Amino acid sequence: MSFYNEIQKYKNFDFDAFAQKVSENDILNSINKKNLYEYDFLTLLSPKAITYIEFMANKASEIAVKNFGKSILLYAPLYISNFCVNNCVYCGFSTSNAITREVLTFEEIDANCKIIAGYGIRHILLVCGESRIKTSLEYLKKSVGILRKYFDAVDLEVYPLGESEYRELFEVGVDGVTIYQETYNEKLYKVLHTKGAKSDYKYRLETCERAGCADYRNLNVGALLGLDNFVSEVFFAGLHAQYLRKNFPHAEIGMSFPRLRPAEGGFHPKVEISDRQLVQAMCAVRLFINRVNITVSTRESASLRNNLIPLGITKMSAGSSTEVGGYVKRLKNSESLSKGQFTINDVASVEDVKEMIYGAGYQPVMKDMF
Amino acid sequence: MKDDVLSIAGLELKSRLFIGSGKFPNNNLITDIIKASESQIITVAVRRFDFENPRENILNFIPQGIYIMPNTSGARTADEAVRIARIAKTSVGTDLVKIEIINDNKYLLPDNYQTAKACEVLSKEGFNVFAYMNADIYAARDMQNAGAKAIMPLGAPIGTNRGLKTEEMVRILIEEIDTPIIVDAGLGKTSDACKCMEMGCAAVMVNTAISSSPNFILMAEAFKDAVIAGRKAYLAKHGAVSSAARASSPLTGFLRD
Repeated sequence: MSFYNEIQKYKNFDFDAFAQKVSENDILNSINKKNLYEYDFLTLLSPKAITYIEFMANKASEIAVKNFGKSILLYAPLYISNFCVNNCVYCGFSTSNAITREVLTFEEIDANCKIIAGYGIRHILLVCGESRIKTSLEYLKKSVGILRKYFDAVDLEVYPLGESEYRELFEVGVDGVTIYQETYNEKLYKVLHTKGAKSDYKYRLETCERAGCADYRNLNVGALLGLDNFVSEVFFAGLHAQYLRKNFPHAEIGMSFPRLRPAEGGFHPKVEISDRQLVQAMCAVRLFINRVNITVSTRESASLRNNLIPLGITKMSAGSSTEVGGYVKRLKNSESLSKGQFTINDVASVEDVKEMIYGAGYQPVMKDMF
Repeated sequence: MKDDVLSIAGLELKSRLFIGSGKFPNNNLITDIIKASESQIITVAVRRFDFENPRENILNFIPQGIYIMPNTSGARTADEAVRIARIAKTSVGTDLVKIEIINDNKYLLPDNYQTAKACEVLSKEGFNVFAYMNADIYAARDMQNAGAKAIMPLGAPIGTNRGLKTEEMVRILIEEIDTPIIVDAGLGKTSDACKCMEMGCAAVMVNTAISSSPNFILMAEAFKDAVIAGRKAYLAKHGAVSSAARASSPLTGFLRD
C-alpha cells in the first residue's frame, strides 16, 4: 500500500491536453455530480473552470456547512527549532541561509505555551526543522509532554519519522501530523532537494501513511503552491488526501494550500498563484472529497482569510508567530534574533480573528477534542 | 395527549424532540432554538466543552431547566467513549450520555460492536445510556441487554438530511425492542420526523435539518409541530389502508339482509 503507486499511474498523463478538451458542459456536469471522480476533479481545476468559480463556491459552501457546520477551528503554531540539515531553496530555514539558529529549551517551550494558552488557544501545531541531532525523537517527546499540559490537541509539523517513532509520539499525546510534499513532481522534487534526508521523495510521500498506521487522528497534506504547475500540484494533493481518507477511515484528513511567500534567501516562485486560483483549488477539493478539513494559515492576508470563511475552510491559525519561541519574544517586545520560516501576512490577534469569524456569521471553535 | 409523557432514564419529558447543538454559527442562537422547538433535552459534544473560553463554551448558553445530554462525538473505540462519558459526568454532573462511536470519517457511521461494549461498561457504572447506532436488530438487542435506556438508530448518514432511509429496519426495531426507539441522524424534512412518530418512535433527534436551514428558528418550530402531529396520529391510530376504492355511497348499499 502506497500512494506512490497511485501517482505512478499518471506518469505520462498530459495535463495540458486534458485541459484543452474540457468543455463547458463537462464543467457543469462535474459541479452538479454528487460523487466526483478523479477526472471531474481535474476538470474543475482546469483554467476554463475558473469562469464557473461562483457556482463552485456556492456548492463548496453548502457541502462544508452540511459537514462541519458554520464553525472554524482556531490553532497556533509553535516553532521550537530552526536547525535544519536541508537546503530547500524556497525555505528560510535552508542550510545556505546565514540565520541565527536556535532550539528552545524545555523551560522556553513552557514559557511560550503559557502565552499561547493565555490567548485561549487549545489546539497547537508543533513545528521544527529537520535535525535529528538538535531535535531528536526524545526531545520531541519531552516537548509534546509539555504541550499536553496546556493544550487539548497537539499536531506535529516536523521532519518525516518512522511508524514506530510516530507510535511513540502518539503514546505521549500527539494527535496528528502535517507534512507538505512541497511538490508532487518527482523530477522537480529531486532538483529542489539534492541532499540530506529530504531527498527521498517516496519516504516523504508516505509519511502520512506511517502516521496513519500509528493511529493518528489528523493527517494533513498539501503542496507548496508556486513550485510547479498549479493544476497538477493541486490534483495530486487532492488525490493524496482522498487516498488517505479511503485507507485510514478513522482519521480526519486535512489539506492546506500554502502559497510560496518571501523567505530568507530571496527565492521567487516559479508560478504566481492568484487568489482566484487559490479559491478554485479549495472549492474543487471540497466538491471532490466533501469531508476534508481545509486550513488557511496567517501566510494569507486578513482580508483574504475573511473572504475565505464562507467558502468551506474549516481551520485557521491565529495570533501566530513563525519565529522560534516567537511568543515570548513578542511579549517582551524585544529585537528578535532569528528570522521566521516565512513572513506572516495576517498579524491580527486571536481575539481579532475570533471577531472576524463571528462577523462573517460563523463560530470560532477553540476546542474540538476531548 | 396532555398526559402523554415520555418517561425515560428517570426523566419525564413532554417534548419528544431532542435537538443537537453543533453546527450553529453562534451559541447565542441556542436559547432561541430551544424556545422555538420546545425541546427539553439537548445533546452537546464533550469535545466542545471549553471552560477556558466562556464565549465559545456552549454550556454557558443552555437555559436552566433544559436537560444536557453529553455525547461522545470523536470517540473511535468503546474505551474512548467510556473515558469521554466520565469526563462529561465530572464536568456537568449528569448521568445522561449519548454514546457515539465513529470510526469512518466519510459516512460517519456508528460502530455497533464498540457501542454495545461501551453501553455495558457505562450502564454498570450507573450512566443512563442512549445508544446511537446503525439500525440492526442484533446490535439493538445487545445494547438493550447491556442496559441502554434508549436505542437511537440513524435514519440516514449523519448530516445528510436524506430522510428515513432505514425505515424498514426502524419499523422492525420498534416492533421487537422494548427499549424506546429514538431516530437520530439523517432526518432532513419535518415530514421525516412526523413519519418516525407516526410509526411509533418514542422521539426523534434533529440537528443538521435545523442548522442548515436559512431560518433556524422557524425550522425548529416546524419540527416541534411535525413531532406533535406524528405523535397524535400514532396515538389516534390511522384507519386501515385498502388497495381498492371504497365509495362513500356503495353500489350494494341497498342490500339490507
